[in-house]
Amino acid sequence: MRTFALAAAVVLLASAALAQEQEIKLKPGAGLDKVEGNCAACHTLAYIPMNSPFLDAKGWDAEVTKMIKAYGAPIEDADAKAIAEYLKSNYGP
Amino acid sequence: MISRRHLLQTAGAAGALAGLPSFVRAQGAGPMLTPGVPSGVATYATMATLPGKKPLIRLADRPPNYESPLEYLRTPITPNDQFFVRYHLADIPEVKVETYRVKVGGDAANGQAELTFDDLKKFPAVEVVAVNQCSGNRRGLSQPHVAGVEWGYGAMGCARWKGARLKDILDKVGVKKECIEVGFNGADGPAVDKTPDFIKSIPTWKAIDPETIIAYEMNGQPLPHFNGFPARLIVPGWTGTYWMKHLTTIDARTQPQGGFWMNPAYRIPVNKFPVVNRFLTQENATSTPITEIVVNSLITSHRDGAIVKPGKVTVSGLAWDGGYGVRRVEVSTDGGKSWSDAKLGEDLGKYAFRSWSFDLNAKRGKNTVMVNATNAIGQTQVSQLIFNPAGYHNNVMQSITLNA
Repeated sequence: MRTFALAAAVVLLASAALAQEQEIKLKPGAGLDKVEGNCAACHTLAYIPMNSPFLDAKGWDAEVTKMIKAYGAPIEDADAKAIAEYLKSNYGP
Repeated sequence: MISRRHLLQTAGAAGALAGLPSFVRAQGAGPMLTPGVPSGVATYATMATLPGKKPLIRLADRPPNYESPLEYLRTPITPNDQFFVRYHLADIPEVKVETYRVKVGGDAANGQAELTFDDLKKFPAVEVVAVNQCSGNRRGLSQPHVAGVEWGYGAMGCARWKGARLKDILDKVGVKKECIEVGFNGADGPAVDKTPDFIKSIPTWKAIDPETIIAYEMNGQPLPHFNGFPARLIVPGWTGTYWMKHLTTIDARTQPQGGFWMNPAYRIPVNKFPVVNRFLTQENATSTPITEIVVNSLITSHRDGAIVKPGKVTVSGLAWDGGYGVRRVEVSTDGGKSWSDAKLGEDLGKYAFRSWSFDLNAKRGKNTVMVNATNAIGQTQVSQLIFNPAGYHNNVMQSITLNA
């Protein structure tokens, strides 16, 4: 299991079986689907409310960039932009 | 494989919550959180029970990051089922003793070896009582807040670890004099292969310290899965980032270990903290790896805002440092103007939690209680946060209010 597609598939398959994993209900808003579709492949969405409401626009941009550049998250440019906008709009100070 | 078959069971059984106030069952983790962590944490965090554990503060469940509430830190030895859990990466296999292997080698090793669990137990067994404190403990209290896992006070614990000396294992293969660092990998891995695997190193001088061990016992029991079963590295005095769980590889190196987790992760600005033991082969002009734990203390008998009866109140807690040993704990009840010595508890060793207690006379109304520890080389806690971008080394003197 060393590809993103497989990892994502496992997460999706697992989400039904692993009903015990905490469900994190993020605020509704434009881009939420991109957040759920990308970020949740590698980690719980809890990291978003956890790091709020103090990260400002620059801070959330830096987090999205870190996920892609440092952690190798395979996120399309357009999705990355939508994710950053969602985080800034909904989880900023 | 992402292995979470029976990993995430939320707290529900009343019996499992024994020792915690009953309101926790109804309200989740909010009352268990450390005052001052980002307010977003309280919007989702609950107490939750991992297999083999008592309820812990669930900051994140994938990868698992669970914090001990203050109530679990009232003894100098933290029970295994109350010990905090910290992972960077979500692919955590359940390692079997029968198939467990540790590979020993590297370009600075004369030979190679592959050790089984039984092989580890054939080396002379050594015990050390040592605090395992996450580098990011108290990150959530940074002002301004900084990004990361927003730990309060409880990303730490202290256990009696038993295992084989790393030095004895290195001697088995033989290490060249050119060896500058020893690197480590564990069985856990990332969810996607582009995420850097969690690999760490320590300087050779620390690796051959007789108290640096590969532990297979924690408080007389096998290590819990979530604390590194079947064996993990113990680096007494240094923060938890080096204490590789589910250890699989020991790599004697002639070159500095690279990778994200050595740089830029787990770094502090140079010359900002009073650190004696530095990791020089990894240091550059602006940053240096976090190494030894700074001297610190915590009141664990009472939470901030606790209600007490007027009159004699015994306040107690823990103090610890990076291995010089706690020499003194002082308490102030007048906002830091004057200080009195607390009574120190049993000395379990220089790397251990030191318990302390102090009797004060609570007057009606608000009583402030501050605590400050001093170690054997004269280092004390700070009154103002030394801000750094990763929120490390927060040893600001704690101050709480008791309402009588």
